[in-house]
Amino acid sequence: MSVKYKGLKEIVGSLVLVEGVEKVSYEELVKIKMGDGEERMGRVLEASKGKALVQMFTETRGMELEKAEAVFLGETMKLDVSMEMLGRIFDGSANPLDGHPLPIAEKSVDINGDPMNPFSREFPDDFVQTGISAIDGLNTLVRGQKLPIFSGAGLPHSKIATQIARQAKMKGDFSVVFGAMGITFEESRFFVNELEKTGALDRSILFLNTADDPVIERVTLPRMALTAAEYLAFDKGYDVLVILTDMTNYCEALREISAARKEVPGRRGYPGYLYTDLASIYERAGMIAGKPGSITQIPILTMPEDDKTHPIPDLTGYITEGQIMVSRNLHQSGIYPPIDVLPSLSRLRDKGIGESKTRDDHDGLANQLFASYAKGQEVKELATILGESALSETDKAYLKFSDLFEEKFLSQEPGENRDIGETLDIGWEILKVLPREELKRIKEDKIKKYLDEKED
Amino acid sequence: MKNKTKDKNNEKSEGVIIKVSGPLVVAENMEGATIYEVVKVGNEGLSGEVIEMRGGEASIQVYEETSGVGPGEPVIRTGRQLSVTLGPGLLGAIYDGIQRPLDSIAEKTGDFITRGVEVPALDEEKKWKFEPVVEEGEEVSPGKIIGEVKETETITHKIMVPPGNFSGRIVSIKSGEMKVTDVVAEIKTESGKKEVRMSQSWPIRSPRPTTAKLLPAKPLVTGQRVIDTFFPVAKGGAASVPGPFGSGKTVIQHQLAKWSDADVIVFIGCGERGNEMTEVLQEFPELEDPRTGNPLMERTVLIANTSNMPVAAREASVYTGITIAEYFRDMGLDVALMADSTSRWAEALREMSARLEEMPGEEGYPAYLGSRIAAFYERAGIVECLGSDKRKGSLTVIGAVSPPGGDLSEPVTQNTLRTTKVFWSLDDELANARHFPAIDWLNSYSLYTEDMAEFLDKNLGADFRKNRVEAMRILSKEAELEEIVRLVGFEALSDTDKLIMETAKIIREDFLMQNAFDDVDTFTSLKKQAMMIGEIMGFYREGKKMLSEGMEIKEVFAMDKKQKLSQLKFKKES
Repeated sequence: MSVKYKGLKEIVGSLVLVEGVEKVSYEELVKIKMGDGEERMGRVLEASKGKALVQMFTETRGMELEKAEAVFLGETMKLDVSMEMLGRIFDGSANPLDGHPLPIAEKSVDINGDPMNPFSREFPDDFVQTGISAIDGLNTLVRGQKLPIFSGAGLPHSKIATQIARQAKMKGDFSVVFGAMGITFEESRFFVNELEKTGALDRSILFLNTADDPVIERVTLPRMALTAAEYLAFDKGYDVLVILTDMTNYCEALREISAARKEVPGRRGYPGYLYTDLASIYERAGMIAGKPGSITQIPILTMPEDDKTHPIPDLTGYITEGQIMVSRNLHQSGIYPPIDVLPSLSRLRDKGIGESKTRDDHDGLANQLFASYAKGQEVKELATILGESALSETDKAYLKFSDLFEEKFLSQEPGENRDIGETLDIGWEILKVLPREELKRIKEDKIKKYLDEKED
Repeated sequence: MKNKTKDKNNEKSEGVIIKVSGPLVVAENMEGATIYEVVKVGNEGLSGEVIEMRGGEASIQVYEETSGVGPGEPVIRTGRQLSVTLGPGLLGAIYDGIQRPLDSIAEKTGDFITRGVEVPALDEEKKWKFEPVVEEGEEVSPGKIIGEVKETETITHKIMVPPGNFSGRIVSIKSGEMKVTDVVAEIKTESGKKEVRMSQSWPIRSPRPTTAKLLPAKPLVTGQRVIDTFFPVAKGGAASVPGPFGSGKTVIQHQLAKWSDADVIVFIGCGERGNEMTEVLQEFPELEDPRTGNPLMERTVLIANTSNMPVAAREASVYTGITIAEYFRDMGLDVALMADSTSRWAEALREMSARLEEMPGEEGYPAYLGSRIAAFYERAGIVECLGSDKRKGSLTVIGAVSPPGGDLSEPVTQNTLRTTKVFWSLDDELANARHFPAIDWLNSYSLYTEDMAEFLDKNLGADFRKNRVEAMRILSKEAELEEIVRLVGFEALSDTDKLIMETAKIIREDFLMQNAFDDVDTFTSLKKQAMMIGEIMGFYREGKKMLSEGMEIKEVFAMDKKQKLSQLKFKKES
């Protein structure tokens, strides 16, 4: 049921004010027909008596107050979902970008989704093997987790994300939903090509908004991607990996809208509701009790100035279940993947590892590697002040360990898919350079089983 | 539960929406509505609360998603304040921010929470065995316990005369199987006959009345060594836990919910992760209450407004939780409330304030942020409950704070520190080095240590307090010495300083560090804590003596006593 109004009252930036309207609702979709017949979409930001403030998804260039027509569509934003979406590429308004016709809809779903009832959730505790030691061994990814990659401009986060998408091993039917917001054409091609090369494209759905596409679409795009993911996961039982990149562009688009509305800004000009808004995206990861599917989220964000306390990474870290930190230092010393394991964290690690899931020594070994690498870094600092010769024998061993850790454990080829057993074995191997009595975090029987017996 | 007095003068006029902007809805034709009155908004009847009146125009905060709602739709007044229903059935329940049981919602609407659902807070069909403890003819007043219901193995639920005009003589009292909505007693008062039901209702924004507030003197034993020994919180006290993300706030809150020696725990997940609530829901029924051996869930009430649930209900959730906690306190129980995280509540305040176009204070927070935070924590306390039997109940409040960027100078943290007497400062660097709980011993404080002196001396002996002070001195000395070590190396220290460094290391690794995931280490009784710190300080004193007798530091470090210290925490308590 749509209603048409002739003439607009005001156009300011991407906001349009329509007067004399009746029965308009909050977040309702609006089509603006221009004098030359072109149509542009927007949605209601504020509905008041006789007035509607409309946020355009595209720019307002060329719009004229009198000739334009506003058509209120009587419904909020929806996405048509179906299995035919697999293997397809769409833009931020769900129009096909691959030259094929629109898939036939199985059903139409509100892109905002409803919050998942915590009572109906299933706690995520299945190990996902990504084949990357820094993740599998120390910051384990779990099916249904939301684990962002905190990166910086010019770092290889895309490479890491595609490696995970290619190698991730989950229980059931696996599919990838990819949402790109405001990234460059080249970067988006990289993802498409990588998925194509490995044949993963057929089981993927891609939504692309590149840097020159409308800014506002960046706000709705992740919601579309997640709506498609929810359909695959909870209607069709797929294990869905959702990669969203770059969340920093998303937040900036949000700030742009907020500023246009003249809202009171919070930290660094971002709106006060940034936390709530981000949560409405990240919280759409998870599993439902009694259903086979799952949504695992890997959002990527580039930290402005590599600053972890910037509002975007900061608020993200408060919502997600850990973070994978990409380090500029490691990258500059030529290590791939340059994951700094110490500030990285997987909050669900302890639930996803252990005897029946990975191996009985995983927990202790991981803690030992963490502690020893931390100590190694400390010694390194000391060595720069005092000189290496002033170090004790134990400290020198830590220095050696630290180097081995980066060389053998951390480093691997972008195409190398390490089994979890292999990852853990490398861990034991490099621990050998440390004096036995330093291994305080591992229980004695595990040391006997994995270190001593293998020696013989 | 209807509030009778208010229903009478309610004309049930219908308002009309004139503006919708996110969770804020403005309606006209609302003359006579009261501030904080509950209203049903729009065609779907979404729950909301009046927060501002301007002539006939009411600003309403809506507890549910408002997309699709528009001007012209009706607003229906209910004539009552936002209230919680209090009675048997609270324990073990999981509620959203406005006390709707999430399990009933799941039954009604499936795995996702849709809008406009109405479900009673307590199961109205379930029958409970009510046993009266007063007789007909007895004089009663508000707060008087008139009967009991064995709600769970752990908790006997006391049915009390509600606060208000209920003083008088019991004219009838029932016993046996009854529903929460049933009348269990009738009281003849000066203003006529009054009915007392098994459940009562209370508006969440008003503290429940008590006879007197008392001074806290006993610790809330949490089984967490760094807390109980160094920075204890008193029963009836208030504590805050600020920390950046990843520093273990939630694990600490969970540990406290699991092991605190309170009778009832109210856990508010305010704007946090959905999975965390799920974890509590799956874990607590399996875990044993260390004091009774019954499942922990039997003493727990959960309030979950996860970060993706509507923001206005987040503002209400902390009040919903604390009112339920006060109700159990009124029975004479020790109640502990955990709110994770109060920052999200403050942000909800900020969001509504911005939409109301109020003049912002610091960082966009409303100017009344400080007074709201203070008023919330002041609802903690040890009290003499209403009623003639002078029973005492306590409510301990522990609030997590999530300062942006870990910056403690931000307004929520600062306002919280002004009202709470215990501060557990979580530190990023400790967390990165996997030192958990990552409570920074140099920054944290507790102002209750003096108040508890008598209790501690009586139960643990005078040595305990002495050891604690000495251990703290060693830890702060270590921080000083570390500077020197960084410049000249460990070997350059004197033997006494080496001993201090070594002892500090032992205190840190073998006492302060505690593994929440280890079966034994997860909880340490106060007795064992006193023993452990005693042993460690014993080693230090003996070492010092050996050094003064001219022995070498190597010999001190080789002491048998020292080797045993690291195993202490894993030793099972009998």
